[in-house]
Amino acid sequence: MIGVKSDLFQRFYNFVTPSNEYQKRRIIVNNVILYAVVSLGAISIAAAVILYFIAQKFKVVEDPRIDVVNEILPGANCGGCGFAGCRSLAEAIVKAGTLEGFNCPAGGSDVMNKIGEALGLQAEESIPMIAVVRCNGSRTNAVAKVQYDGPSSCAFAHSLYAGESGCPNGCLGLGDCVTACTFDAIRIDEETGLPVVSDEKCVACGACVKACPRHIIELRHKGKKDKRIFVSCVNTEKGAPAKKNCAVACIGCGKCVKVCPFDAITLTNNLAYIDYEKCKLCRKCVSECPTGAILELNFPPQKPKETAPVESATV
Amino acid sequence: MSILKVSGSPHIHGDQSVSKIMLGVNIALLPAVLVSLYFFGLGALKVLVIAIASCVLFEYLIQKYLIKGENTTGDFSALLTGVLLALNVPSGLPWYMVIIGALVAIGMGKMSFGGIGKNIFNPALVGRVFLLISFPVQMTTWPKAMVSRSSLFFNGIDQSLLDSVTGPTPLGQLAEHGVIAQPDYISYLMGSMGGSLGEISAIALLIGGLFMLFRKIITWEIPLAFLGSAALLSGIFWLIDPSSYADPLFHLLTGGMLLGAIFMATDMVTSPMSRAGQIVFGIGGGVLTILIRIWGAYPEGVSFAILIMNAFVPLIDKAFKPKLFGEVVKNG
Amino acid sequence: MKTFSKGGVHPAENKIAANAPIEVMPIPKKAFIPVGQHLGAPAKPVVQKGDTVKVGTLLAKGESFISAHIHSSVSGKIEKIDHWMDTSGYKRQMIIVGVEGDEWEESIDRTPEIVREITLSKPEIIARIKESGIVGLGGATFPTHVKLMIPDGKKCDVLLINGVECEPYLTSDHRVMLERGEEMLIGVSILMKALDTNKAMVGIENNKPDAIAHLTSLAAEFSGITIHPLQIKYPQGAEKQLIKALINREVPSGKLPIEVGAVVNNSGTALAVYEAVQKNKPLFERVVTVTGKSLAKPANLLTRIGTPIGELLEKAGGLPENSGKIISGGPMMGKALTQTDIPVSKGTSGILVLPEEDSTRPETLTCIRCAKCVQACPMGLMPYHIALLAAHQKWEETEKSHVMDCIECGSCQFVCPSARPLLDYMRVGKQTVGLIIRNRGKK
Repeated sequence: MIGVKSDLFQRFYNFVTPSNEYQKRRIIVNNVILYAVVSLGAISIAAAVILYFIAQKFKVVEDPRIDVVNEILPGANCGGCGFAGCRSLAEAIVKAGTLEGFNCPAGGSDVMNKIGEALGLQAEESIPMIAVVRCNGSRTNAVAKVQYDGPSSCAFAHSLYAGESGCPNGCLGLGDCVTACTFDAIRIDEETGLPVVSDEKCVACGACVKACPRHIIELRHKGKKDKRIFVSCVNTEKGAPAKKNCAVACIGCGKCVKVCPFDAITLTNNLAYIDYEKCKLCRKCVSECPTGAILELNFPPQKPKETAPVESATV
Repeated sequence: MSILKVSGSPHIHGDQSVSKIMLGVNIALLPAVLVSLYFFGLGALKVLVIAIASCVLFEYLIQKYLIKGENTTGDFSALLTGVLLALNVPSGLPWYMVIIGALVAIGMGKMSFGGIGKNIFNPALVGRVFLLISFPVQMTTWPKAMVSRSSLFFNGIDQSLLDSVTGPTPLGQLAEHGVIAQPDYISYLMGSMGGSLGEISAIALLIGGLFMLFRKIITWEIPLAFLGSAALLSGIFWLIDPSSYADPLFHLLTGGMLLGAIFMATDMVTSPMSRAGQIVFGIGGGVLTILIRIWGAYPEGVSFAILIMNAFVPLIDKAFKPKLFGEVVKNG
Repeated sequence: MKTFSKGGVHPAENKIAANAPIEVMPIPKKAFIPVGQHLGAPAKPVVQKGDTVKVGTLLAKGESFISAHIHSSVSGKIEKIDHWMDTSGYKRQMIIVGVEGDEWEESIDRTPEIVREITLSKPEIIARIKESGIVGLGGATFPTHVKLMIPDGKKCDVLLINGVECEPYLTSDHRVMLERGEEMLIGVSILMKALDTNKAMVGIENNKPDAIAHLTSLAAEFSGITIHPLQIKYPQGAEKQLIKALINREVPSGKLPIEVGAVVNNSGTALAVYEAVQKNKPLFERVVTVTGKSLAKPANLLTRIGTPIGELLEKAGGLPENSGKIISGGPMMGKALTQTDIPVSKGTSGILVLPEEDSTRPETLTCIRCAKCVQACPMGLMPYHIALLAAHQKWEETEKSHVMDCIECGSCQFVCPSARPLLDYMRVGKQTVGLIIRNRGKK
């Protein structure tokens, strides 16, 4: 090791105090350095010039406000706003010069207000929405008559047959909605085999609505304190066959339509539907439904004589 | 009546499975393994056992503790990697180097990509090339066949033993001393030449290859294109100057040519999907092998050639798609 | 021996009902007759609840271009027109007839004599075939009269008759060729007349040597009809593959066989054509193979359309305890059924029962890129790639990978050593891409 060190030192010494022998070598070395510096320098200058002109030619003049808006957006690129991604929405907002008709379901009114502040615009008041799974055909309510053996794809199973329970409209439970969700807000419950939407995580982007081949999921008003009432069934069969497949199916009897004081419920194709714009959450229809197909969420328990939907349905 | 099952067609399945295929390749390698055991004795056994055990163990451990997935060692693919790795190293390789090779093969070559089916490079070759670059001396010290059957097991390679029990491979000789005047083709066929465990006997490898062809584990495209293009290119050089270039037969029978063309290049995971793509892949491998053998720094180039072609597989798959039914250019 | 060149697989044949002669299935107590038994628009019912019908009475009219008439297969009273489970896995509209006696329409010639002389003209033949509601009996159920209407500018120079029956287990066409060979060949002659061609080739796979010998001796008396043994390879019965095998022409991607001057019809269809044209008998019964290794008496049954498959299974010795799957059609392309009260329809070539141990698919593993699906695909596709694209919903690329050329033969999934659901995903791809293409056409 000492030998190596001293050799290096000797070289360095010779380099700074040239002797005749090293002088030559130094000149050669200097020349090499010179060539390298000159040639590489020339190349870099040429490259810089080329780059400069290319940058000039392909310069995209972009409104700086797009970046500002893009920064505020959550950046999840969920597509819930109807645009391809967050930046597309930012571009559209800046281009339109108004916030009317634009909404970021993922960010909610907070984000829209912030964008409004940043751009000096008035944000629209948006009512918070949430994805609602309109099927209660759990393993006990809609008993499986056959067993599915295939890939975990609702789209495929939908093309194959009506479903394990025989209900042609019910949830297949294979989780296309779970795959579609970018917010981890929906999962398949092990026990019921049905999707469960998280009140906290769901941003109502609508990806699951599009993914469901049976159009079971719908975006509805989130409701105060997450209180919601909806018909948890999309089966359009007549009463008897619907009931045969699932204990909590809507049989299209129309009792709820009659009892509703706000005309919020309509009956088409043997199926009741509650309009969430008109519904005042009075809960009258819930106890009226003979099969327990109308669900109420996050309400305090009703009068004690009311029996659970599942039990009443199996009578 | 039991509950009826519903699924899409087809409702029957052929009798092939991943584990059956992998087991088939292992069976096809059996003749080569037996030949190596015969010629290199306990040394070969030691390398084989260590390579197989460590490959299987590493896959099990990585799958369990890093990937946290199901145990996949049951599909015999780790076993196959172990066997192939062992067949690609000299019989006198120290035990810890075999383990390092297995770790690199399974860890870096296979599991880092996500396990079976997802790796880009042939795992055994990744291990082999890693060893070759890291331990060039040990990886090119070839114990002589027969002579060293038992002594190596107990002593390992000792400096004093080196000259007496090791000998050059035909390709080593070619690289160092030029064309061998009278190549001993019979010994190349039977296995009594120097070399890695699995590359010494052409006959054993060909038997394995025929078995796999018969069982439809491999198709003819890759091996034939590989060997054919290698023979053609080396033949051209040989015709130009027979005194400085070896003849095609020599190139085909020596080194890892057959082992590579039949067992390594045909690895399903790392070879192209379409027939045309497989032929291109094989030709590329064969040409690169000969080019490396003639002009490369290493006497042998099969491993490098296959690994280089592995890298091109996605590109080949994109460029060479199978011909569509009904995609006929109508003439009149 | 001829065969098609690209791809193909060799599933175990299992033709266990090959030696069972055709038996007449008893008339059911109630017939469930679907109004949509064919490719294309369902027929519109022309009868009402309470109407009395005879065997052969028109029940529903196929009104759109691709559609077919539906006739009653039994005599009795219409109980109701309701939705009932069919082979599609969903409930569809059906006409449910309560059976009373067995009274046939007077126009049907029930005498056993074989009528050889073809008296009808070409347009009359096509009209009769349309009136009789004849569809392709091989399983695709494409209305036959539509096939016979050659578009302007095209010419059919050869009629190909599909006697391949490449699906394992199924034997109904085999038995028809053996037992009703002469009538079938007259049917072929009728089809030749309707198509204005003087050449017909019958392709039969070599696992039916008795049918080949029988038809070859019969065909000597028919001008222009030749019998061709074919190598055994699945899916030779697919239209495009059969054309390639018999006359070595490739139907261009996305085009119909008439593009290369050929029309393909099933051997069972030829028999139905004979009965319709010479005997004035609409299509209301067909031969159904009821088979499976676990069945006591695998059989070939001449069954009235609308008979619940449960009754066929009873006839074949009852549904065994350990049955895991009931399939309408063959094991490669058939539909798994969910219940036993699904009725036989025009496309039901067989009922296959699989025991439980054969009903479960092997566990799906990772793709090891073995390329066996690519080698097996008779259409030259890359199933592993298309399935992956469809699973990830990359519809544009799925379309570019020629997913619409897939004939859903199942060869890829059959050979896959990782048992991946390739065809399942390709079906999803085909449906979605098909929808996208149709919507594009609308715009």
